This record gives sequence, structure tokens and C-alpha cells, in this order.
Amino acid sequence: MTLSGAPSLKRRSVLPGFGLTLGYAVLYLSLIVLIPLSALFFKTATASWDHIGRTLSDPRVLNAFRLSVGASLAAAAVNAVFGLAVAWMLVRYRFPGKRIIDAFVDLPFALPTAVSGIALTAVYDQNGWIGRWLYAAGMPSTNSSLGVALALTFIGLPFVVRTLQPALEDLDPEVEEAAASLGAGRLSTFLYVIFPAIRPALLTGFTLAFARALGEYGSVIFIAGNMPMKTEIVPLVIVMKLEQYDYTGATAIAAAMLVLSFVLLLAINGLQWWTARHRAAR
Amino acid sequence: MPALSSRTAASAAARPKPAADDPLWVKLLVSFAALSFLVVFLAVPLAAVFVEALRKGLAAYFDSFRHPDAWAAIRLSLLVAGIAVPLNLVFGLAASWAIAKFEFRGKSVLISLVDLPFAVSPVIAGLIYVLVFGMQGWFGPWLAAHNIEIIFAVPGVVLATIFVTFPFVARELIPLMQEQGIEEEEAAILLGASGWQTFWRVTLPNVKWGLLYGVILCNARALGEFGAVSVVSGHLRGRTNTMPLHVEILYNEYNAVAAFSVASLLALLALVTLVLKTLVEMRMKSHQTEEHAAPGGTGAGR
Repeated sequence: MTLSGAPSLKRRSVLPGFGLTLGYAVLYLSLIVLIPLSALFFKTATASWDHIGRTLSDPRVLNAFRLSVGASLAAAAVNAVFGLAVAWMLVRYRFPGKRIIDAFVDLPFALPTAVSGIALTAVYDQNGWIGRWLYAAGMPSTNSSLGVALALTFIGLPFVVRTLQPALEDLDPEVEEAAASLGAGRLSTFLYVIFPAIRPALLTGFTLAFARALGEYGSVIFIAGNMPMKTEIVPLVIVMKLEQYDYTGATAIAAAMLVLSFVLLLAINGLQWWTARHRAAR
Repeated sequence: MPALSSRTAASAAARPKPAADDPLWVKLLVSFAALSFLVVFLAVPLAAVFVEALRKGLAAYFDSFRHPDAWAAIRLSLLVAGIAVPLNLVFGLAASWAIAKFEFRGKSVLISLVDLPFAVSPVIAGLIYVLVFGMQGWFGPWLAAHNIEIIFAVPGVVLATIFVTFPFVARELIPLMQEQGIEEEEAAILLGASGWQTFWRVTLPNVKWGLLYGVILCNARALGEFGAVSVVSGHLRGRTNTMPLHVEILYNEYNAVAAFSVASLLALLALVTLVLKTLVEMRMKSHQTEEHAAPGGTGAGR
């Protein structure tokens, strides 16, 4: 049983191609993703702290971070509420056309962001189908932070629905029946039985929608109007720095945003781990 | 199919019981909230694309595609997708073969690295290639000395597109192949099939729907990517403008009809993507049910 030269990296197997496929996968991953991404950190590390500090403390940049985080949170919150309603309807109710509506939920994934951007602007514009009502009610829905939040709601819509659907399908109807037969009303069954069971999925969907919204560019820049100090989002500020050949400034903002994204990703993984443990314990 | 039939029986029995069912007014309220949300955020913007494109009639609509710049943009988008999708497909197959069929150290790290591009803002995806290949970047001076253009040229557009579409095929194939295990491949090899024969005749037919699913999503994103491509393209009309970038330029020139006409082409593509995706999903589901029916239902989670 001593096959010399068997790679210690893997367990022995009769299947061929391990070295070739793993080697190719790692090489391709390194060339396309890892090495270019590392450039971001080398660039940040070799830049002067003074330049980075000045870039990140610029009121215009700080304002962009405030708008991006605030509008993304608002959009994710709206999606959490209405996404729950959509997922609930799609899982629980039977009605004609359900499959079409279910497929339609993925539209924001499939529609190119530039198309979403100009379409949303046309709809929410002062003369647009919905915009004219919002403007009349004193809520300008383009060139405003409301417009940014509207675009981010569109882009985050599928995340909450798609993470909630499997969680709702997994609910055991017997538990609800038990709650009902013990005298619980429909509302208290939802609050004390259903909601705790789907809360982890709801949080995951919220976080995914928020993370996506934070980095979104194409669907936002048209409706936002990009007014300095008012409606500039972080990705737009990165693009502007690049257009001014301020590569260090662009990199510093990008690195700050990446760190924020990774913290979010860790939070999602933590949530999923917690969900798995929660499931196992039941 | 014991596991499955008992589950359907349970939910069928549960349905007529009012205990797990909402009262009518709740049903109406939830459905109204959900449907109006979907109409306001999805249906109305989608309809707006086509209404705006046809605002000045069919002749103006088709005129938008006569312009050589529009054709150049369509051709470039097809070229970029034609390079990015096959490359990511080969990577997806290689990565999922190594990950699903073998045990090795660092596997979970590799799996999470595959998803990394989804966590990165498209703008940052463009920026990192500028840092590597741009004039102030690592290889910029060398490339300029040898007259090779990457940033503000087609290769940069291709690279940025490969980056943003990187995970699509791999993330469909890895869980699928992991679930299918290695028994069938081992049997083929022990019966004397070569590695390639095993791959073409055993593995590939088993994962074909998942593969197609990944390719459909990858292709849609490759044709529609905006942020990453916008950073590296340099917006040279007729040369480095993809369809989404062309839409932006037309829109910013207040040429709304032309902008929405090209956009309507992309919207049609998105609708075709949704239809194909749904069909493949249905196929995958029936495929899975057959698979799980035979060994007595391992799909406890479903």
C-alpha cells in the first residue's frame, strides 16, 4: 500500500485529472481574481497615509458614504417587508399565473443595470407615470436620495424573496396546527411560531440586499442626478476619482468599501452558521 | 419515493384545514401588498422601456439600429460574451471536478474564493484592472512600450466582464456534482473507460441542466454588465462601447428614443433569459425528483 509519489494533498482516488483540474482552477482564479484584487491592497499599502486620510475625510466622500449606507439600509428594509409579503404569497397561496410571477421576481437580476437605470428614471421622473404623483405629493423622486433608495429597492428585490421562499416551504404545517389547536390565534401563531423560524432567512436576505445595494452603480446613477454633497453614491465617487487620474484616492475609497463588504459577508456566513445550528437543534 | 409522497400527502391533508390557512381578508391584504409592490417596481419600469422606445413610432424605433455605432456596440457585446462565457465555463468544469470528486486541504477556502467576485462592487472590478494594466499600474509602462492596449481597449472590457461573470457556472456545478458523488465515475473507470470518456459520457450528461442554467445566467450578465465595463472601456464610440454603454451615451445626449430602443433589445434578452431559466429550473426539479426517488429519498431537506 505504499504508492510512492502519491500527492499528500489529497486522498488516493481512481479518478484521473485531479492535478490538471485543480491546477487550472487555481491558476485561472489567481490570474482573473486574486492577483488583480491584491493590486488594490498593494496600492493602498504603498500610498501615503496622508493622501488616504485626506481622501476619506473629504466631506464629499463622507457624504457619499452616508448616502450609500443610508439608502441601502432603507431599500433593504422596504424589501424585507414587501419581500416577505411576496414570498408568503408565492409559497402559501394558489392562484393562476403564479409560476410567471415567480419567474418575474428575478427580473432585476436579468435586466442590465443601465436599462433598469433609465427605465426607473423615466417612471419616477417629474412627468413619469409614478413620479408625477410623488412630485405632486412634495416628494421629488428623481435627483434625490429618495430616487437612490428607489433604484436600490429595485435591485435588491429578488434577494429577500429568494432567501425566504425555501425557509417558508420548510415550515412544518403540523407545528402551526398544534399552535392553533392549543388556542393560538392566527396572528400569535405568526408572531411566536412562524416568524422566529424564518427570522434567520429574513436577516440573510436583508444583508444580501444591503450588500448588493452598497456596490450598485448602473441603476442608480441615472435617477440620482449625481449632485455633489447631495446625491452622489460611493461607486460614483470612485469613478470620478479615476476620471481625474487620482488613482490613490479611488483605491482608498474602494478599499474602505471592500472592507465594509467583507464584514457584511462574514456576518452573512455567521448567520447561516447560526441558522444551520438552529435547524439541527430542532 | 416514500419520503416525497409522504410529504405531499401531509401538505395535501393540511390544506383543507383552516388551522394553517389565512383568513380571506389576510390573503387579500398580503396579495394586494405583494402584487402592487411587484407592479410598481418591476412591471411598470419594464413597460416603460418599450413605451419610451416606441414613443415616436416603429420607423424611429428601427432607425435607432441603423447607426453604425449601434451595430458596433451589438457586435462588441456579442464578442465579449463569446469569450467570457466559454472561459468561465471551462473554469467551472475544472473547479467543480477537482472540488466535487476529490478530497484535499483548503477545499472550503477555494469554494468561498469562487464567490468572491459577487462580493465586489462592479466599479471596483473595473478599478483593479486599471491598477494592474493602466498607465500608472503594474504593467502599464511595459505594455505601452510594446504597443499593447488593454485598458480603454477591447481586452480590458473582456477581462472586466470575465471577472463579474466568474462565479456563475462554477457555483451551479459545484453543489450539483458534490451531491452526485463519485460512484458512477468510479464504476466507469473500473470498467475500463478513459478519463475523457468518463467525463463526456457520465459526468457531463449528469450535470447538463445545471451547466446550462449557469451558462444562461453568465451570458445574461456578460451582455448586460455596465459598471465594471464602464470603468475600463474609455467610452470610445464604435470601438469600446458595449450595448449598455451605448445606451448610456445615447441617453446622456438626450436621444431618448434611440437609448430606449437599444435598451429594449437588452430587455427582450432579459425576458428570454427569465423564460429559459424557468424552463431549465423545471427540468432540474423533475430530474432531481427522479434521482431521489430511486434510492429512497435522501432529500430530507426538501
